[in-house]
Amino acid sequence: MAETVFAPWDDPNEKPLIRFQNVTKRFGEFVAIDDLTLDIFEKEFFALLGPSGCGKTTMMRMLAGFETVSEGSIELAGQDIAAVPPNKRAVNMMFQSYALFPHLSVYENIAFGLRRGNMPKHDLDARVTEMLKLTRLEKFARRKPHQISGGQRQRVALARSLAKAPKLLLLDEPLGALDAKLRQATQFELMDIQEKTGTTFVIVTHDQEEAMTVASRVAVMDEGRVMQVATPERIYEAPESVYVADFIGDVNIVSGQSTPMGEDRYHISWTEGQQPLVAASDRPFTDGQSCHLAVRPEKIAISAERPPNVDNAVQGTVLDIAYLGNLSTYYVELPGGQIIKSQTANTRRISRRSFTWEDTVWVSWTATAGVLLAQ
Amino acid sequence: MQRFALIAIPYAWLLALFLIPFVIVFKISLSDIALAIPPYTPTLSDGVGPFFSALDFENFAFLASDDLYWKAYVSSLRIAAISTILTLLVGYPIAYAMAHAPEEWRPTLMMLVILPFWTSFLIRVYAWMGILSQEGFLNQFLLWAGLIDAPLTILNTTTAVYIGIVYTYVPFMILPIFAALDRLDGSLIEAAEDLGCSRLQAFWLVTIPLSKNGIIAGSFLVFIPALGEFVIPSLLGGSGTLMIGKVLWEEFFNNRDWPVASAVAVILLLILIIPIVLFQRNQQRQAEEEA
Amino acid sequence: MNRLSWFNVTSLTLGFAFLYLPMVILVLYSFNESKLVTVWAGFSTKWYGELLQNEAFLDAAWVTIKVAVLSSTFATVLGTMAAYVLVRGGRFLGRTLFSGMIYAPLVMPEVITGLSLLLLFIGIGLDRGVLTIVLAHTTFSMCYVSVVVSSRLMTFDRSLEEAALDLGCSSFDAFRLVTLPIIAPAVISGWLLAFTLSLDDLVIASFTAGPSATTLPIKIFSAVRLGVSPEINALSTIMIGIVTVGVISASLISKRNSLRQQRDEQAAARTA
Repeated sequence: MAETVFAPWDDPNEKPLIRFQNVTKRFGEFVAIDDLTLDIFEKEFFALLGPSGCGKTTMMRMLAGFETVSEGSIELAGQDIAAVPPNKRAVNMMFQSYALFPHLSVYENIAFGLRRGNMPKHDLDARVTEMLKLTRLEKFARRKPHQISGGQRQRVALARSLAKAPKLLLLDEPLGALDAKLRQATQFELMDIQEKTGTTFVIVTHDQEEAMTVASRVAVMDEGRVMQVATPERIYEAPESVYVADFIGDVNIVSGQSTPMGEDRYHISWTEGQQPLVAASDRPFTDGQSCHLAVRPEKIAISAERPPNVDNAVQGTVLDIAYLGNLSTYYVELPGGQIIKSQTANTRRISRRSFTWEDTVWVSWTATAGVLLAQ
Repeated sequence: MQRFALIAIPYAWLLALFLIPFVIVFKISLSDIALAIPPYTPTLSDGVGPFFSALDFENFAFLASDDLYWKAYVSSLRIAAISTILTLLVGYPIAYAMAHAPEEWRPTLMMLVILPFWTSFLIRVYAWMGILSQEGFLNQFLLWAGLIDAPLTILNTTTAVYIGIVYTYVPFMILPIFAALDRLDGSLIEAAEDLGCSRLQAFWLVTIPLSKNGIIAGSFLVFIPALGEFVIPSLLGGSGTLMIGKVLWEEFFNNRDWPVASAVAVILLLILIIPIVLFQRNQQRQAEEEA
Repeated sequence: MNRLSWFNVTSLTLGFAFLYLPMVILVLYSFNESKLVTVWAGFSTKWYGELLQNEAFLDAAWVTIKVAVLSSTFATVLGTMAAYVLVRGGRFLGRTLFSGMIYAPLVMPEVITGLSLLLLFIGIGLDRGVLTIVLAHTTFSMCYVSVVVSSRLMTFDRSLEEAALDLGCSSFDAFRLVTLPIIAPAVISGWLLAFTLSLDDLVIASFTAGPSATTLPIKIFSAVRLGVSPEINALSTIMIGIVTVGVISASLISKRNSLRQQRDEQAAARTA
């Protein structure tokens, strides 16, 4: 029997840990969250992803209890939490600034929440030690926050918020203050700790790579609404809108009119005097409906000669080449002015590159390489 | 409940010991002097009806009729304005030099400017009495240097008041200007010179406009307290130095005319409202610019 | 900037000479043998001896210190509360009036404040003495304290308080365990400011003091009105000395602390 995949969102019998039900949040005139409905399940590592001002931080602060809901309700394990103040919620938060108490040692920071609960001294010590061990901070227990490095501070903040074993841990841009290299290592550490403790994590981030790496599911947000909620693979491979396709990674968008050709195949007429493009789509399109074909640059091949037996091939000239070391991106201008990005892995040395500026080339891709989107 | 107590306690304190006293001053300024204790009439013990009906603007009419008072107001305004300009002329070069001093000196220089703040105001004014008197240090020095033949009379003149105000208030002028100059990006001056300005033009066209906020803030910080100053005119000034703070004090302690003293206070307050409001606006605008 | 121009050197020299020479002269002449303050007749500490014999001055000094300790302590408590209300209180009825009453005493001429408080005390039949001076000083110094504390609170990272709430603190506990320890330096400097304001104050004390309680500035003022006196020079020297030692050691302590913090941070960054 196959290993069960962790996908409680596909199981209609599963009860969500958190349920946002038609939640709206206004700050004066400004609508921060607009009639939002969302379920998050136990043991999920859930990412709220979006540009700044999209409402993701507001959602997190509502979960922590620092903001009230204007309309709708938020349930935690089946209970409406509107009336529960932040200090009584089984929810803990890791702050973007870490918010470590500068006058307390690492040990006392971690013990802070436990001390609020009148925990016996022996148990408290055991729990703090366990947390120190989990985050590899045993050596720094006596230090003050300013005496440790940024990465260590991040781990103290994590240990402190996990010490009370919350049902739900909220992480507000937890890696935002770390440099790129440390960030990657820490992402895996976070996933590891999440798995070990079995806590539900909700992370807020504007970094799509981070969201894709750590999360079991990602909610892409814009202007107070959720644009799409799905696993990282589906978000990348099957975006539901141009916004999501464009927000996650790099994408080529070709706009045109669809003509159904049967068997889920469509022709897209995109510019005068050119062959229509061929695309496959599960979603139905009517004849003459305006649509957008989204194709990732790495799925577009570039060649000097027209490749045989390919669904789509268009001739153009190389406008620009961006050399990124491991990859090169070619900007190819098609007739009519459309620019297509094609990305290839640099498996050979640069001196043997086959194309240069102003070269006439063919860009090609299969019918299933792209996604056909209505909006 | 906690929040209520937190707001209510300081609020009630300020109402009782700041606002209500002003209402009383205002009320007494509308009363008549009486040979009684307290030396004014009516008092609330006369009953509410007669209390209000007996109030009038007599004292203000008196202030307007006796030219001692309006002369004192005008003279206070003039002394405050001139001393503000003098303080600016003394303070600006110091602030400028501090902002251009090596980085590691600046905290020490700052401390040296702030240190006099913590020293008794009275002592700092008093120190000048020994310097400015007929046989004082300054006259002795000038005689010794052969610059004058006979000692100058400086103490108990308006000149001494100017010196006293400049001396005691110059830190108020230095600090905001220093703060403005310290933030000023040095490359702006270089850019101005690169674009053909002379040193002096660059100073006039770039440094001065960019330290404008500091100059305005510093000027108000000197002008407002100087206007109501009492200690400096009474220790350094002479009988010819008219300042409203001193007039109020004498009206109260020497003449025991409380209604007139209160009326003097009310008018001084009205005069002060204008610079205070201007100052507040300037501070607010500055805060907004920075935000 | 790398080097000081002659202009800047001159400004600094003249500027600081102007600020400090009068006090230096005052201090020097306090050690003058002669009663004539302006004629140097040799070194002597006799004026200090006479000062210590002067009961009136010693009494006044005692009253002044008592008033200063009491009023600055009350002012610190009230001023910190007021600062918290201003920065964190949100909206409440009469907020504008409240902040007005915090800022107004800072620019109010002392003669007016003193006069108005005196009229209040007489109106309610309160005998003038230590109590009335303490009330008066508390009122104006609490405004200074609240300005100092509120400027610290404004830069205070609010998420620290939220973190405390998130970890189970009541809002009072969050203030006691997190906010107060962190803003403590500002509260202490507020107290020191209130203390020196009270020590220095002449005008408001003159209005609110009664015959039973005279403060040192009142005593000095009435002595000084008659002219310069070597005893006052000696007294001034002592006061200047105390303040100088106090301010310099306070700034050395804070400098040492910030250096230590810097060093710790650098060390932490290296071991990362």
